[in-house]
Amino acid sequence: MEFDFNNPFGSITRLLTDLLLGLGLDQPLVAFILAVVGAGILAGATLTTAGVFNIWLERKVGARFQDRLGPNRVGPFGLFQGIADAIKLVLKEDITPLGADKVVFNIAPLLAVMSVVGLWAVVPFAPQLIGADLNVGVLYVVAIGGVGTLSVIMAGWSSNNKYALLGALRTVAMLISFEIPMVLVLLVPTMLAGSMGMVAIVDGQDVWYLLMAPVAALVFFISSLAEVGRTPFDLIEAESEIVAGYNIEYSGMKFGMFMVAEFFHSFTIGALFTVLFLGGWRGPGSETFPLLGLVYFIAKTFFMYFVVMWVRYTFPRVRIDQVMALNWKFLTPLALVIVMTTAVVDKLALEQSLPRTPVHLALNVALVLLTILALQAYARALRRKVEGLPEPEAGEVAGAAIGPG
Amino acid sequence: MTAMQAIFLLLGLITFLSAVMVVVSPQLIHAGLWLVLTLAGVAGLFVLLEAPFLAVVQVVIYIGAIAILIIFAIMLTRRMLREDGRQYNNLWAGAVTVSLILFAVLTFLVLQEPSLAAGSEPLQAETSVLLQDLGRSMVDVDRFIIPFEVASILLLAALIGAIYVARPMMASEEGDREE
Amino acid sequence: MIPLSWYLILTAALFCVGLFGVLSRRNAVAILMSIELMLNAVILNLIVFWRYGQPADISGQVFALIVFAVAASEAAVGLALILSIYRRRSTVAADDINMLKW
Repeated sequence: MEFDFNNPFGSITRLLTDLLLGLGLDQPLVAFILAVVGAGILAGATLTTAGVFNIWLERKVGARFQDRLGPNRVGPFGLFQGIADAIKLVLKEDITPLGADKVVFNIAPLLAVMSVVGLWAVVPFAPQLIGADLNVGVLYVVAIGGVGTLSVIMAGWSSNNKYALLGALRTVAMLISFEIPMVLVLLVPTMLAGSMGMVAIVDGQDVWYLLMAPVAALVFFISSLAEVGRTPFDLIEAESEIVAGYNIEYSGMKFGMFMVAEFFHSFTIGALFTVLFLGGWRGPGSETFPLLGLVYFIAKTFFMYFVVMWVRYTFPRVRIDQVMALNWKFLTPLALVIVMTTAVVDKLALEQSLPRTPVHLALNVALVLLTILALQAYARALRRKVEGLPEPEAGEVAGAAIGPG
Repeated sequence: MTAMQAIFLLLGLITFLSAVMVVVSPQLIHAGLWLVLTLAGVAGLFVLLEAPFLAVVQVVIYIGAIAILIIFAIMLTRRMLREDGRQYNNLWAGAVTVSLILFAVLTFLVLQEPSLAAGSEPLQAETSVLLQDLGRSMVDVDRFIIPFEVASILLLAALIGAIYVARPMMASEEGDREE
Repeated sequence: MIPLSWYLILTAALFCVGLFGVLSRRNAVAILMSIELMLNAVILNLIVFWRYGQPADISGQVFALIVFAVAASEAAVGLALILSIYRRRSTVAADDINMLKW
C-alpha cells in the first residue's frame, strides 16, 4: 500500500478500487461507483465551502469595505454565520403560490445549483486532481452556463406572477447577451494554449495569460460578472427592483438555493479566471509538490473572489439599457477585435520566431490605447449632439477635436 | 447486456419518452421543457458515440440558444396565461397512421440488412486528434472551407432577417404610409 | 457493443414522433418544436453513420455541424415570422393563418 505523493488522487483511487474489487464486484461497476463517489465528494466539498464559508466571507469583507464589523456573534469571528443562515432558511415556511406550476416551480432552484456545481467537473485543482479532463473543457463551461439560463426562465414563468415573468425575461436577455463576448474571448486562451482542455491551458501557461492577454482577461471578467448577476449588473436582485425579480415568489430553502447558486457561481468565476488567466495551480515549486499546487490554486481563487467582491462594493449599479449598450456596442466588437488580432499576431510571432509574450503584450497595449481613443471620440460626438454644436469642419477645428498629438 | 448497452437503452428511452411528451403535452411551456430534456438526451447519445465536441455544441446551441428562443416565443405569443383551445387539428388520425407506417417501414428495412447488425470498431485516433482534424478541415482550402463560409453567410442572413422580421411596428407605419 | 440497427431504430422513432407533431399540432410554435425534433434525429443519424462507417474521416462530423447551423438559422427565422404573425393576427394557430388559401 504505497502512497504516491506525486499523484495523491490516483493512489486514493487505486486503493479504493482494490478494496472494492476485493469485495467481489466487477470492474465496470467499481469504476461507476468510484465515479459517483468522486463526483459526490467534489460537489459536496465545494458546495459546503461555498454555502457556509463564502457567505461569512462575503458579509465580513463587505462589512470591512463599508467600515463596519460584520457578523461576529455566532462562533469565533462569526464563522458559523453561514450555518445559522442555512438553519434559518430551512425553518422558514415553504410557500408555493396559488396557480403555480408545482413541478417546474420546484425544479428551477435545483437546476440553478446543478448548473453551477457542474462547472467544477473540469477545473484542475492540482496536477493530477481534476474531475474530468475533457478536451473540450472551455466549451463545456459555456454549455453548463447556458443551462443556468433555463432555471431563470422556469422560475419566472412558474411563479404565476407577471412581475416575476418580466424580471425573468429581462434577466435572461442579459444572460444570453453576455454569453457572446464570453465565448469569443474564451477563444484567446484556447489559441494561446493550442487546446480547449483546461489541463492543456494550465500546462501552456509558462507565462501567465494575464500578461499575454490582459484585455481578454478583462472582457472575460466583465462578462462573467454579468453572467452571475453580481454588481454592477445586479439589477435582478436590487432592493429597488425586487418586485421585478424572478425569485420573488420563492421562500425558505428554495430561495436559499438560488442564493447559494449565486455565491457559488461567483466563487466559480474566481476559479475559472484562475485556471484560464492566472496559471491555475502553477507557481514556484508546484511541479515537484502537487499539493503545493493545490494551495496556490486555492489562494489565487480566493484572491479573485476578493476582487469580485471589491468590484461589488465599488461600482454603482448599471441600468438595463446601459447594460445592453455596454454589451452590444462595446464588449462584443472588442471581443471580436481581440480574437482576430490575437490570431494574426500569434501566427506572425510563431513564423518570425519572435518571443510571444512581449508581442502579445504590445498588441494588447495598442488595443487599449485605440479603444480609449475611440471611446473619447464617441463621448465627444455624444456631447456635441447633446449640446447641439455643429460638426467640426476640416481644418483647425478638426485638429483641435482630435486632441494633442 | 453489457454496461454500454444498458446506458444506451436508458438514454434512448429518456430521449424517446421526452420526445413523445413534447408532442403530447397540453401545455406548451411543458412541451418546451420536455424538448430541453430530449435535446439533453441526444447530447448524452453523442457522448456515447464518442463525439464529445458535438455533444457540447448540442448543449450550447440547441439547449442554450434554440430551446430558450422557443420558450421565449411561447411566452410572447399567448393571449392569456392558460392554454385553451384544441391541441390537435382535424388530421391527427392520419398523422398517427403516417408516422406509424413510416416507423414500421424504416424498422423493417433496418432489420433486413444484415450488415447493420454489426457493432462499431474501436476508434483508432484519440478524440483530441480528431478534434484538431475537425478544426483544420474547416479552414483547409482543399476540404471544407466553402461549406463553412456558406454556413456563416447563412447564419448572417438569418440573423439580419430575423431582426428585421421581428422588429416592432414603427408608429409611422401604423398610421399614414409616407414611403 | 451496440449494434448499429439499435441506433437507427431510435433515430427513426424520433423522426416519426417529430413527423406526428408537425402534421397534427395546431400551434405554430409546437410545429416548430417538432421540426427541431426531426432535425435532431437527422443529426444523430449522421453521427451514428460517421461512427460506424469511417470514424477516421472527419467529414461526418463536419456534415452534422453544417446541419446544426442550418437548424439554428431556420429556428431563428421561423420564430421571428411567428412573432410577426402574432402581432398582426393575434393568433398562432396554424389553421387560422389561411389568408393566402384559395
